[in-house]
Amino acid sequence: MMQPMQPGDGLKKEPVLVMRGISKAFPGVQALDDVEFEVFPGEILCLVGENGAGKSTLMKVLSGVHARDSGTIIFKGREVDFKTPQQAIQSGITMIYQEFNLAPNLTVAANIFLGKELTKGRLHTIDNASMAQKTGALLSRLGVRVSPDALVKDLSVAEQQMVEIAKALSQDAKLIIMDEPTATLTSRETEILFQTIRRLRDQGIAIVFVSHRLEEVFMIGDRIIVMRDGKRVGELIPSKSSIGDVVKLMVGRPLKEFPKQEARISGTVLEVRHITTDRIKDVSFTLRKGEILGFAGLVGAGRTELIRAIFGIDRKIAGEIYIEGRKVDIRSPKDAVASGLGLVPEDRKSQGLVLQMAVRENISLAGVERNARSFSRLNWQWERQAAREFIEKLRIQTPGPEQITANLSGGNQQKVVLAKWLTLHPKVLILDEPTRGIDVGAKTEVHSLISRLAQEGLGIILISSELPEILGMSDRIMVMSNGRIVAEFPREEATQEKIMACAI
Amino acid sequence: MELARAQAPGKQARRSFKMIREVNVLIALIVLSTIIAVLNPRFLSPYNIQILIRQIALFAVIAVGETFVIITGGIDLSPGSMTALSGIICTLAMANGWSVTLAIIATLAMSALIGLGHGLAVTRLGIPPFIITLGTYSIARGAAAVITKGWPIVNIPASFLFLGQGIILGIPVPVIIAVAVAVFATYILRFSVIGRHIYAIGGNIEAARLSGIDVNRRITFCFITSAVLAGVTGIVVASRLGQGQPAVGTEYELIAIASSVIGGTSLQGGSGTVLGALIGASILSVLNNGLVLLEVSAYWHQIAVGCVVVIAVLSDVLQRRAGARRALIAKLITGKNPGGGVSAGLK
Repeated sequence: MMQPMQPGDGLKKEPVLVMRGISKAFPGVQALDDVEFEVFPGEILCLVGENGAGKSTLMKVLSGVHARDSGTIIFKGREVDFKTPQQAIQSGITMIYQEFNLAPNLTVAANIFLGKELTKGRLHTIDNASMAQKTGALLSRLGVRVSPDALVKDLSVAEQQMVEIAKALSQDAKLIIMDEPTATLTSRETEILFQTIRRLRDQGIAIVFVSHRLEEVFMIGDRIIVMRDGKRVGELIPSKSSIGDVVKLMVGRPLKEFPKQEARISGTVLEVRHITTDRIKDVSFTLRKGEILGFAGLVGAGRTELIRAIFGIDRKIAGEIYIEGRKVDIRSPKDAVASGLGLVPEDRKSQGLVLQMAVRENISLAGVERNARSFSRLNWQWERQAAREFIEKLRIQTPGPEQITANLSGGNQQKVVLAKWLTLHPKVLILDEPTRGIDVGAKTEVHSLISRLAQEGLGIILISSELPEILGMSDRIMVMSNGRIVAEFPREEATQEKIMACAI
Repeated sequence: MELARAQAPGKQARRSFKMIREVNVLIALIVLSTIIAVLNPRFLSPYNIQILIRQIALFAVIAVGETFVIITGGIDLSPGSMTALSGIICTLAMANGWSVTLAIIATLAMSALIGLGHGLAVTRLGIPPFIITLGTYSIARGAAAVITKGWPIVNIPASFLFLGQGIILGIPVPVIIAVAVAVFATYILRFSVIGRHIYAIGGNIEAARLSGIDVNRRITFCFITSAVLAGVTGIVVASRLGQGQPAVGTEYELIAIASSVIGGTSLQGGSGTVLGALIGASILSVLNNGLVLLEVSAYWHQIAVGCVVVIAVLSDVLQRRAGARRALIAKLITGKNPGGGVSAGLK
């Protein structure tokens, strides 16, 4: 498994890129330790590893964002040393980031030719017609149906991604690095992206695909390189190995995937009747104490919209909510919190945390008002104690409660969001994509935490786009489609196939 | 034990990091004062010091109000015009036979109402703070001129003059007012639940809202605070001058914003302190005062103020960049070493 291999098709090609003995230290940490890395033309190479394993640093060294301490980079047979990303792009290496570098108010064509606009005539006026025409040719090479004259802000995330890829092609990229490209895509959009990536591969372009989603890695990859703790720890061919093999390499040990324990399920804690909004149509369900209720569905099925309505973020047109049998009137998140609900939102960075505040301040954010009145003094004693208690209970990895939350890893940040709600002893906890973008080890920790909370008698609503997570964690599963609940399965009867059949 | 030991350095690091800004600005203030004192020893004369601290007191009150709004990520362009209008309303009420106390209460109530209007317009109607307070900037200034037809309002009771001209135990009353405002503001921002909410809103309004914080009410509170403190300033200025002048307070909003920013308040929201605003107001006052003492043409004052603001923001940006680099490194360290957490979860 550790011997170098040729790409899947077995052709003896020269690698388009070779990185040898790459090391990079940041003060106090060896981010990359003597890493070897190579990509062949016409290959989709998947680079996997936990957060902090060094994947991003390696790609940033390659694309000229970071300077390396030692090692050599050979690209297209010549030794290169990129000082800036621009130099890398000019040589034919483009990195596509999760946040796109597109100007939303410009057209697709204008974005693709940004900084190298085509001009005509003596006055060098911008030649929109030929830019549009060339853009059209690029897009059709990708098999994308987007008008060159469309404004980027009107495109879907997936389409914007295609524009980024087209931009890379227009710069004659020979190697395209994609960092978590599917994180915000629906499964259909992901399929289209994969087709495009395969098409690029067949045209001889090398692709480096950095992802957390191992199922996808196995779908798309020709070869997988695994990193851990700044080192390359292994190389696999998808057709000859399993996800378990990759995980074992990533974490350095085998992993039990879903640590769900039996919980005692008793009386109804939350009942939702006929909730209707402009996106949700007449949704009713009940949730019992100790129960984990999974919500499955495609992106856009209305799951997030449903909980936004329940939590008082979006306006309800109709519907009633009962908590422990009592009707509650929730018109704002404040009301929801007062009624005993907690929400771990979809995007912890933009919705869950105040990143520049200390861990302590984030943990106490929701509870601080309950433990002191508006104009009265903050209850510092309660706050410090809560922070200390939950850092220990949830095993939040932080130098201390005063650490700035932005400095924590994704998994630990998510635990801080959970801790924020647990200080309030809520009756119902709503988790929207609780493990999105966090690494495998931390994921398992969050899963066992969820299971433990259910055992303690909380009612838990779990929304996830990862079906294995829904299947592995839920006691009961609701499937949503087009703003409605279309099916309900008990844990024993649910399978991926049944759920997908209802969701589509 | 392990945990307690780990906490100490983090706490210290954060506190010192937060204070760096104030210390830097304080050093700048001392250096500036020293230079001026060397060039013209009259700077340190008791008479000049008195003038100076009165000036600082005035700027400080208005800067503190502005700081509240800026921490939430908003901005208030109205304090200068509000200073003029509230001075006019207060003196007008007294000229019409209202008692001093009643006139002051009415003026502050009017200011609070205008602040409430700003808050509601921003939170309920979604009008950007810049626009709604720009409206007041113009309307309040215009109203002051319309009411007075441009003439000062005189005929005010002598007892009213105490607020601006009086001295208690050798300390001018406006300075006492400013200290009281600073103490109150520090309490709110640093020690109360509201203050914590205000910083959280400036840091991430969505996360604050989803945590059950009544975001609209908190933002409105900040606009009311700013407007009321502009009202206080207007009353003190009117008392100091002994008349209601429609033209006072010109560019006070810029001084308020500049003081706040020099003192380390980020226009993006989420950070800023009362102490910083006080030091910022002091720097601008010392600069003004020094340039007068050094007989620099008044035309140059604005240029000097502008330069100080740009330098302050520039140093902030550079420091933030260094901070971001530090944060990145810290992230790599914590991210690099998740082994402890991972294995702990698995055992």
